[in-house]
Amino acid sequence: MSAHHAHDILFPALPYDMKPRSTRAAGDIQLQQFVNSATRSKDSGRRSTCRETFGERYDDLRRYAGSIKQQTLDHLDTHINRYIDNAQKHGVHVHFAKDAAQANAICLEIAQSRHCHVCVKSKSMVTEETGLVPALQAAGIETVETDLGEFILQLDDDAPSHIVTPMIHKDRTAVGRAFTRELGTPYSQDPAELTKIARDHMRALFQKADLGISGANFLIADDGSLVLCTNEGNADLSVGLPRVHIALVGIEKLIPALSDLPIFLKLLARSATAQPITVYTTIVKGPRQPTECGGPDEVHVVLLDNGRTGLLASDARELLRCIRCGACLNACPVYRKVGGGHAYGAVYSGPIGAVLTPALLGLANYADLPRASSLCGACREACPVDIDIPGQLIRLRAKLVDQRSMPWSERTMMKAWTWTLKTSARYRLASRLLRWAATHMSDSVDAQGRAWLKRAPGPASGWTVGRDLPAPMPQSFREWWLREHGSHRP
Amino acid sequence: MRVALFVTCLTDQFYPRTGIAAVKVLEHLGCHVEFPLEQTCCGQPMYNNGLHAQAAALARRFVTIFEPFEAIITPSGSCAAMVRRHFADLLNSDPAWRDRAAAVSARTYEFVEFLDRVLKFNSVTAGVRWPGRATCHCACHLRELGLFDLPRHFLSSIPGLDLAPLAGAEQCCGFGGTFSVKYVDPSMAMVTDKVDALIASGTTTLVCNDAGCAMNIEGACRRRGVNVDIKSIAEILAEGLGLLPREGHG
Repeated sequence: MSAHHAHDILFPALPYDMKPRSTRAAGDIQLQQFVNSATRSKDSGRRSTCRETFGERYDDLRRYAGSIKQQTLDHLDTHINRYIDNAQKHGVHVHFAKDAAQANAICLEIAQSRHCHVCVKSKSMVTEETGLVPALQAAGIETVETDLGEFILQLDDDAPSHIVTPMIHKDRTAVGRAFTRELGTPYSQDPAELTKIARDHMRALFQKADLGISGANFLIADDGSLVLCTNEGNADLSVGLPRVHIALVGIEKLIPALSDLPIFLKLLARSATAQPITVYTTIVKGPRQPTECGGPDEVHVVLLDNGRTGLLASDARELLRCIRCGACLNACPVYRKVGGGHAYGAVYSGPIGAVLTPALLGLANYADLPRASSLCGACREACPVDIDIPGQLIRLRAKLVDQRSMPWSERTMMKAWTWTLKTSARYRLASRLLRWAATHMSDSVDAQGRAWLKRAPGPASGWTVGRDLPAPMPQSFREWWLREHGSHRP
Repeated sequence: MRVALFVTCLTDQFYPRTGIAAVKVLEHLGCHVEFPLEQTCCGQPMYNNGLHAQAAALARRFVTIFEPFEAIITPSGSCAAMVRRHFADLLNSDPAWRDRAAAVSARTYEFVEFLDRVLKFNSVTAGVRWPGRATCHCACHLRELGLFDLPRHFLSSIPGLDLAPLAGAEQCCGFGGTFSVKYVDPSMAMVTDKVDALIASGTTTLVCNDAGCAMNIEGACRRRGVNVDIKSIAEILAEGLGLLPREGHG
């Protein structure tokens, strides 16, 4: 249940310990079902649609898209300046925010000086990052999430648990209950009926809203436009109807030219939801022109740093290529098994969150995230911009060792193990000791003569919570080889 | 061809029959197999846990031991990936070692990869016959080598072998080295999915080319009382060529 506050889910006390939430999720059968079935179907959909469309060239395409983003990041100052020049030509007001507080202050100042009272907001992870909605509401501006998933989470005071499908941890009965409780509509769990309730409710809000807020999927440097991809059309309405529009955008969203957009649109929709393209793709150039009959009077773009330039200067700069498709979350077995995004204790979850969050908010605050991975590499294979997430996880683990954040006992054990492996004589002696000890602690022997332990001591005890642990075989390969080939040394 | 077997520490201690089978199959195919006795570990556990100075020491040791050989063959996908993909991370900054490490990395192969890509092995012309039903767990680290589907393709070409699909084959079994003892809840949930998929596959023979995955899946099966015969592809081939007696229930 979502008894917690949305804010506490995404902004927990630091340093964050992942285990309480992941253990709770492990025992929640319903949550496991929601997250497992949704991520598995999205992941297999992505794989089949990408294979059908791109065939053997899929990996080449991912690398190409990654290289476009990387080259943009390598000259980000140039692209930002070009973007600003071109956007200003269309009458867009461009602002810079160095951190979350400044971003919220800029948005608030725009809203208040333009006497805005009702805000319709489309889905944006960056606004979660800065906590913009609570800031607007605290200032008396009624702010409504218009993405259906986000709207339901807002009603429940719950937080998104996935970058693309924010209420992956809920089902439609939860939606029906939230609507009955908060909107007073009769309970239903029929998707068509629920959608109608949401639409009727939101339409009235769209009509009276005087402020629209969105993020952006891409900013295009050479023509100064911003691109919004949605499936519900809510972003279009939040741009088109209110008189003022604000887009809060991370500086990493730039791409050089309109001609670069198609490859990203193709990869984004397929990677995110296995669609050939999102239902609505909107390119916003600026405020309504004299010859146009619709659109906002003012468009503001707030470019957000909030740690990104620091990241750009580090060896984790490739993380800024991310286009927030969520494919790595869907592919990740750990994300599936910890009950989705809330276990990551931050706005960005899953594999990308496990590397991005420590980079932005401090490794010491989030030491669990890079450790809680089997390094299976499914995220890397899924990433449409070829980010080496497992490599970044390992880099963070090396930093934890350098910062002495690895427990002393573990570090000492690893060092002793390395020492043992540095000569074959030590290795042979250690393996004989291990075999002797394990065989003495074992409680059964299988048909091949392998001894098994039901309960292992010390650091191996985690293994035997649900698995038997094998003892080394009575005859190792090395012993067999020596018997067969003598002690001949090549 | 003079090849060296890098048996890996887990295979040496826990699945020695895999190493024996690999030697017999390679010799059967005309390779001169040597087992450098100085070998221990490629340093993967240290590398994955962030102890890169320690991992680099073991990587240098590996390079010294194996550089005399034309090819280095290992029956483990994750150790092959360690040598091929990650030795460069550890040794590239050291001019004395960079080129030596690159040369050894380029000659290191996972066992099935070596058969398929270097020896152009064909199980029909080689006379392999392994009658029975089996399913295949693809070790995740083969992804790093672009070989994730190779074991399945390879097995499906073996005469007599009826390869059953394994549901959710792309999901990791939950081993991940120290992950399996430090993050027990997700690790257990992952291996539980794998055991469920094995039960649903309708066979008790699971072919798995990585000793870590094998220990994890076999240990979980035993705890649940699920019958399983875990075999490597080397064992399937050795049995199918009559080089080792057929073992197991199936």
